[in-house]
Amino acid sequence: MSFRDRPLAQLFLARWRELVREPGVLFWVFGFPILLAIALGLAFRNRPPNALAIAVVERSADDPAAASVAAAIDAVDGFAARRAEAAAAAELLRSGRALLVVEPGEPPRFTFDPSREGSRLAEIAVRDALEFARDPATRLATLETTVTAPGQRYIDFLLPGLLGMNLMSGGVWGVGWALVLMRTRKLLKRFAATPMRRGDLLLSFMLFRVVISLVEALFLVAFGILAFSLWPRGSYLAVAAIVAVSALAFAGVGLLVASRAQNSQSAAGLMNLVTLPMFLLSGVFFPAGNFPDWMQPVVKALPLTALNDALRAVILDGASLASTAPQMAVLGAWGAVGFAVALKIFRWT
Amino acid sequence: MVEPAAIRTRALVKRFESITAVDGVDLEVRAGECFGLLGPNGAGKTTTMEILEGLQRATSGDVELLGLPWSGHATELRARIGIQLQETELYDKLSVEETVRLFRSFYPRPLPVDEVLAQVDLIEKRAAWVEKLSGGQKQRLAIACALVSDPELLFLDEPTTGLDPAARRALWEILRKLRAGGRTLLLTTHYMEEAEKLCDRIAIMRKGKVIALGSPAELIARLGGEEIIEIGCEPPLPAEAFATLEGVAACLPEPGGFRLSVHELHATLPRVLEEVRRRGARPSRLATRTASLDDVFVELTGTSLGADEAQAAAATADPTSDSKRGRKARRDAAEPGR
Repeated sequence: MSFRDRPLAQLFLARWRELVREPGVLFWVFGFPILLAIALGLAFRNRPPNALAIAVVERSADDPAAASVAAAIDAVDGFAARRAEAAAAAELLRSGRALLVVEPGEPPRFTFDPSREGSRLAEIAVRDALEFARDPATRLATLETTVTAPGQRYIDFLLPGLLGMNLMSGGVWGVGWALVLMRTRKLLKRFAATPMRRGDLLLSFMLFRVVISLVEALFLVAFGILAFSLWPRGSYLAVAAIVAVSALAFAGVGLLVASRAQNSQSAAGLMNLVTLPMFLLSGVFFPAGNFPDWMQPVVKALPLTALNDALRAVILDGASLASTAPQMAVLGAWGAVGFAVALKIFRWT
Repeated sequence: MVEPAAIRTRALVKRFESITAVDGVDLEVRAGECFGLLGPNGAGKTTTMEILEGLQRATSGDVELLGLPWSGHATELRARIGIQLQETELYDKLSVEETVRLFRSFYPRPLPVDEVLAQVDLIEKRAAWVEKLSGGQKQRLAIACALVSDPELLFLDEPTTGLDPAARRALWEILRKLRAGGRTLLLTTHYMEEAEKLCDRIAIMRKGKVIALGSPAELIARLGGEEIIEIGCEPPLPAEAFATLEGVAACLPEPGGFRLSVHELHATLPRVLEEVRRRGARPSRLATRTASLDDVFVELTGTSLGADEAQAAAATADPTSDSKRGRKARRDAAEPGR
């Protein structure tokens, strides 16, 4: 019997044909992640930071004291003065449109909220600017080198997270949904009436996800390079290995979710129940380390956290595959346990 | 050595929570015969089938297929039987040929794809996607998937329900050829005509029990008469007007008159008409025909299977296709456990 005629190959092919012959599904698998990355990329693209606004109180329309303070502030890179009457200046501060209010005088009065990010910085910079305006000799000469380092921008943090999130949704939904549909269409029952080994069907879904996940990852990594010059610092093979093992993990979760569900509504509910906590806890949009210590064991045991950590280590820090062993172990365990348990409790009819 | 029976069940019982779907069924299907399970919706046909197919476990009782029990021989039995389920929907996006190839891969000694497609007359449709097939073609594909294993025993669960008459006749032709090929066939149907045309022997089921068993001819002979007279009179006459006449084996009331089961139609019909005249009435309706399984069913259960069907159809008010209506009705009846 040729390899093509083996049950596993045939089941895999059936799954493959279902996908490629349904253009709508293709879009959701490949197009959507890219669109999402583009949208987020636009939102977080690198641009010069907005000048920080400093309100300068003026007593009349052309208050010379206010004009000279404002000129001193405008001379500093990254700061812009806005002249306003006292009440308006207070309003600018209150509403967050100014970081600091300067009231010219001897000595000038600074009003600010120290709990706001950057307000201390603004205070120091403005004081320095006013000192410099009075006596240029106070300026310390410095040398400046500016850099833009891929790996430290928000988009660099975000892209591996997005890749992880897509692999999770694709795995859990792709496997779970298709299986529940096969159950409601009695196709699983029909298969159960053949001598097909039960594990072959489940395995075909896992292998299918490995292939699809690799293609998805290829698209997103290429997108990161083209759109954001985010060249992975670690090896591509390491990225592929992590993606492949994570596909097994999420397919395993998908199998578990689909193993008992009798209809698509309850399956959809279960899948949301499984994926939503991971969206929040697993460090897609912000580091999972932000959660308190007592939650960390749970957070770290989630497959998406393991995947995101491993991807970021390899892509951003250039870590070796070997150094991601703990994360790979978590992912492998989800895949193996998911498969074994699903096979045990799977409902065929 | 005597060839073992293809199927043997003893005291088969299946209970779902409060309903007893199968209530003590004993069956013996001989190797090479075509055996029909007949009955109205909810009679327990499908449940019985699924227990035989190893898809459901009986609450009690024994099942043997090809001389083997299911426990311990499941893989072997699954390889030796072929199954068409009532409402499997195959992959929409796979072609006919790809679907057969998929099922083929599950079996140790499968038949070539071409041979199977030829048997169900789907050679020209081999490249068509499943979603593009008509109801009859889909059903033939389902049968092709049951045939790939080169099964000794073939289970067909209502293979023609929901098909239009032309598609039904085409399928009968295919099933007749399969029968001639020496396989054992077990089929369920609620079409009497189908059972009469295809089956060597029939078990009529009602409320989980087998209420009659035999060849179609035997069952009809049990009526006591080979011919049927349907008669209605004006003014209406009582049953005893006909029941005692010579040549009348049975007299069953039906709407607007009686259904007489008679011997020697040529002699009995004049006696019936003479009696009507003698009682000062005249026939408002008169028809004669050969007795059919449907008459057997009416005799046994007091209702006609055809009437059952019409009721099920009328209950579904939406103007969907015949096939959907049939399927809906069956689904409601076939799963008492839900």
